Amino acid sequence: MSALPARRKIVVVGGGMVAHRFVESLVTRLDDAGADAPDVHVTVLAEEPRAPYDRVQLTSYFDGRDPAALSLGDAGLWDRPDVTLRRSERVVEVDRGARTVRTATGAGRPGRTYPYDDLVLATGSSAFVPPVEGKDLPGCFVYRTLDDVAALRQYVETLHARPVRGRPARGAVIGGGLLGLEAAGALRALGVETHVVEFAPRLMPLQVDEGGGEALRRIVEGLGVTVHTSTATKRLLPARRGSRVGAVTRMDFAEDAGGLDVDVVVFAAGVRPRDELARACGLDVGARGGVVVDSSCRTADPQVWAIGEVACIQGRTLGLVAPGYAMAEVATDRILGGAGSFPGADLSTKLKLLGVDVASFGDAMGTTDGALSVVLADPVCGVYAKLVLSDDARTLLGGILVGDASAYASLRPMLGRELHGDPMSWLVPDSGAGHQAERGTVALPDDASVCSCNNVSARAVRDAVRHDRCTDLAAVKACTRAGTSCGSCLPLVKALVTTELEAAGVEVSKALCEHFDLSRAQLFDVVRVTGITSFSELVERHGRGRGCDICKPVVASVLASVHHGHVLEGERAALQDTNDHVLANIQKDGTYSVVPRIPGGEVTPDGLIAIGAVAKEFGLYTKITGGQRIDLFGARIEQLPAVWSRLVDAGFESGHAYGKSLRTVKSCVGSTWCRYGVQDAVGLAVALELRYRGLRSPHKLKLGVSGCARECAEARGKDVGIIATENGWNLYVGGNGGFTPRHARLLAEDLDTATLVRTIDRFLMYYVRTADRLQRTAPWLDDVEGGLEHVRAVVLEDSLGIAADLDAAMDAHVDGYVDEWRATLEDPEKLRRFAAFVNAPGTADPDLAYVPERGQRRPATPAEREAGPGDPVHDPHGNTAVTPVRHDGSAPQPLPGRRAHEPDDAVLIAGPRLEVVSR
Amino acid sequence: MTAAATTWTPVCRYVDLEPERGVAALVDGAQVALFRLHDGTLAAVDHRDPFSGANVLARGLVGTRGDAATVASPMYKQVFDLRTGVCLDDPSVAVRVHAVRVDDAGTVLVAVAG
Ligand SMILES: Cc1cc2nc3c(=O)[nH]c(=O)nc-3n(C[C@H](O)[C@H](O)[C@H](O)COP(=O)(O)OP(=O)(O)OC[C@H]3O[C@@H](n4cnc5c(N)ncnc54)[C@H](O)[C@@H]3O)c2cc1C
Ligand code: SF4
Repeated sequence: MSALPARRKIVVVGGGMVAHRFVESLVTRLDDAGADAPDVHVTVLAEEPRAPYDRVQLTSYFDGRDPAALSLGDAGLWDRPDVTLRRSERVVEVDRGARTVRTATGAGRPGRTYPYDDLVLATGSSAFVPPVEGKDLPGCFVYRTLDDVAALRQYVETLHARPVRGRPARGAVIGGGLLGLEAAGALRALGVETHVVEFAPRLMPLQVDEGGGEALRRIVEGLGVTVHTSTATKRLLPARRGSRVGAVTRMDFAEDAGGLDVDVVVFAAGVRPRDELARACGLDVGARGGVVVDSSCRTADPQVWAIGEVACIQGRTLGLVAPGYAMAEVATDRILGGAGSFPGADLSTKLKLLGVDVASFGDAMGTTDGALSVVLADPVCGVYAKLVLSDDARTLLGGILVGDASAYASLRPMLGRELHGDPMSWLVPDSGAGHQAERGTVALPDDASVCSCNNVSARAVRDAVRHDRCTDLAAVKACTRAGTSCGSCLPLVKALVTTELEAAGVEVSKALCEHFDLSRAQLFDVVRVTGITSFSELVERHGRGRGCDICKPVVASVLASVHHGHVLEGERAALQDTNDHVLANIQKDGTYSVVPRIPGGEVTPDGLIAIGAVAKEFGLYTKITGGQRIDLFGARIEQLPAVWSRLVDAGFESGHAYGKSLRTVKSCVGSTWCRYGVQDAVGLAVALELRYRGLRSPHKLKLGVSGCARECAEARGKDVGIIATENGWNLYVGGNGGFTPRHARLLAEDLDTATLVRTIDRFLMYYVRTADRLQRTAPWLDDVEGGLEHVRAVVLEDSLGIAADLDAAMDAHVDGYVDEWRATLEDPEKLRRFAAFVNAPGTADPDLAYVPERGQRRPATPAEREAGPGDPVHDPHGNTAVTPVRHDGSAPQPLPGRRAHEPDDAVLIAGPRLEVVSR
Repeated sequence: MTAAATTWTPVCRYVDLEPERGVAALVDGAQVALFRLHDGTLAAVDHRDPFSGANVLARGLVGTRGDAATVASPMYKQVFDLRTGVCLDDPSVAVRVHAVRVDDAGTVLVAVAG
């Protein structure tokens, strides 16, 4: 028996994406080896204060997402006993003789020394800042880390808070490459007027050719970003006075080519490998930097490795994540005794920059001898596509796609292979969703690489379905890691999975519930096409059983959308859950809350008095809602008609707070009063609220209107957000508060009011027709094939030819609107459902009990109920002794099943006496 | 079984009940949820939802799960079998089932379970 070898220590310098992949692949290999696994410990020394995150998705941090959304893989990785992650530890020295690294002294912590057996340098790159005068002024940023992005965002927010007189905040990005356009997208998303300054004669000079660059420029400029090519920055100048004295305010171009007044500058002029540690310890670096390694990722020192952006492999550094991942796998394999070697870089990229698809793959510039190219350019649609083919026009060598890169997923795996059929047919934009992807899957050889980030072959995806029994995309992603990095291959992976599942006879289920095999969108189509008007007929012909609390409200909503009419009409009444049934919101004790509509949040003093009088008369707890209206709580079912007849008499109507329908259109006071306002926000909000009131939808809908870019109405947190500009309105869609907050994304700019309303009409109707049950607009936009671009094409360009139909549907909604509460009050049949008890309609639920608090009443807690009025209990919020009372002032019954208690007459011993009228 | 008379309390007319919807009734001080099902038969269970403690079951949506006729609590959506009272989402919880019948005059009578 041989002696146990000592535990092998691997130290990784840098905690970026490639370091993460290295550790992940190492522990996977160790776990796979089971009992035979060598005894290894890996320590990651990371300068950044957080675990490795998805730098590629950095820009999505601007969508209001939290840093956690950028996390990579399974967070449990860092909790393993054989893995140590040290955050905020920067390595300052490598001693190759002693085989140790030393870290910097940190906040309140001395530097430390870590011994290693194997040292892996994964220090990535830093942003390159050209030596321009003024480059360090406040207001100048780079774009590399989460902290960079957070600082940039914060700065821009201060710009918005104190705008320079007369114009919105303006920013310039220096560099028009991949990173520059990312940064420009981010600035634009932050509401900054954005300029891109590029030294080369075209955008993305490294990835696309002249034609592609020109197409890109047209699209980018169409998005409101100004592009300056063949322009060099000479210097940046600070403000001499004003609130931002000392901060950058002016950019001068070289050769007297003018300049720009700017408030913020982002450098995105390239990256430099962080090879300083290697230089200092005498390792070779490449001519343009980078730690020189061989194809096994080893430096000249056999114990030292370099991977990712810091490595100079095959003579150059590589600024993409996929080759970095490949290096991580190679280094793992070698350290564990394998013979893996770097396969060569695939520099294919597909990016969404400013919402524009750009893909470049293989020999994009056509530098191969005798290469031919096929170009399809459609300046009108903003599409440019080029395929580079071998001299016999058969084998695909590379390509560039700008504007529509949907063909990328199926083309990239065909690199180096023969393209069957007319090459042009691979390029024709095809709205038949996933058409190319499907064609691709049939043709796709098993060994074709589908996901280049994670090097997953078509075979691996097929096997995940065939052998590992994955039955959906999520499972295949988890099992193969395909599509878990940049995500550009997901359409292809999805198509492969669907094809495999169908071949295996597995149905891909979209069933709503056990009663319907159809999805909400399919039910919508069925109802629209067949004209079915009742649940019974629908469930008999297209479902089974008698429905449930899932499908019934969905069918009710679909029927209401397609056929209009009162929601409590006939059989439809039985489909509505209690909120829709009694047109109020159920609360924890079984009473309801009532919300009259206050369009745009605008209410007269008399209106307020009327609401106050109703609340007082019925003893309702009142609270202002986030949607700028007033919620009245604690109305018993039998009180609702009386409450509403008062409100209707005072001129109010249903606020639909109970329905999956339009809630409110929140607004700021806009140009009517506000000294900054540029449009009449309240007027628009009132008009929109009156237009869409009562519109039934898959989930609740909220709108917001702000009178200027300061966005006081927080419109971008709404499903539809409108922000006034000097020239009209900017329209944002897909915002969301709640559990998963999302900022709305820009759909269109500077619309006049009529166009704005039509665009919202179509957006809402398209959503109502195609979204899933309880799917809000944000996830719907994520799910819809083609995403926001597709929706934009549908509503603005009528790409599906359904605009007239959507318009007609919205017009029918507007014409068909009736106030549900007024209609209910006028119909004795409908009023019968508001009986407390069928045999005692006016008798209040005897179990209700309340406690006064801050001058109003609230439901008694179980403990307060049990204590009864005889034994005061202590209010958890203070020292006040409180006593529960029933609506009529008498003592509450303990809840059934609890200790019986027969108190004397209830006396309120704290708080004002409640005036509660029982009806 | 003793002949101890079951007390039947008239609560409403059959025609007052909407198909697949419930009503609440006060019977001997007990709150009962009474339902008219799709096939015309009636079912009665406690009105009190054991999960929330609120008297709301009569306001739930009526439907089916498999072959069982059900009501879903409007509060937290647990589904109860209307014939047995058992909560299908948590069979350790049940509501009481009450006897219900219609007499020749079309009056609905309920007898509260003991
Ligand atoms: C905005 C943006 C968008 C991008 N988009 C794409 C894309 O679409 N597709 C694509 O393929 N690539 C993209 N990239 C590039 C991609 O992010 C990088 O290729 C990848 O992150 C490289 O990984 P890495 O681990 O080598 O380096 P990094 O991720 O940079 O990680 C290096 C880490 O090492 C740390 N470090 C450095 N020195 C030390 C030290 N001495 N001690 C301790 N820690 C140290 C750094 O702080 C850093 O955290 C993008 C990059 C950015 C910034
Ligand atoms: S958003 Fe509205 S309230 Fe805020 S500053 Fe602009 S106009 Fe005024």
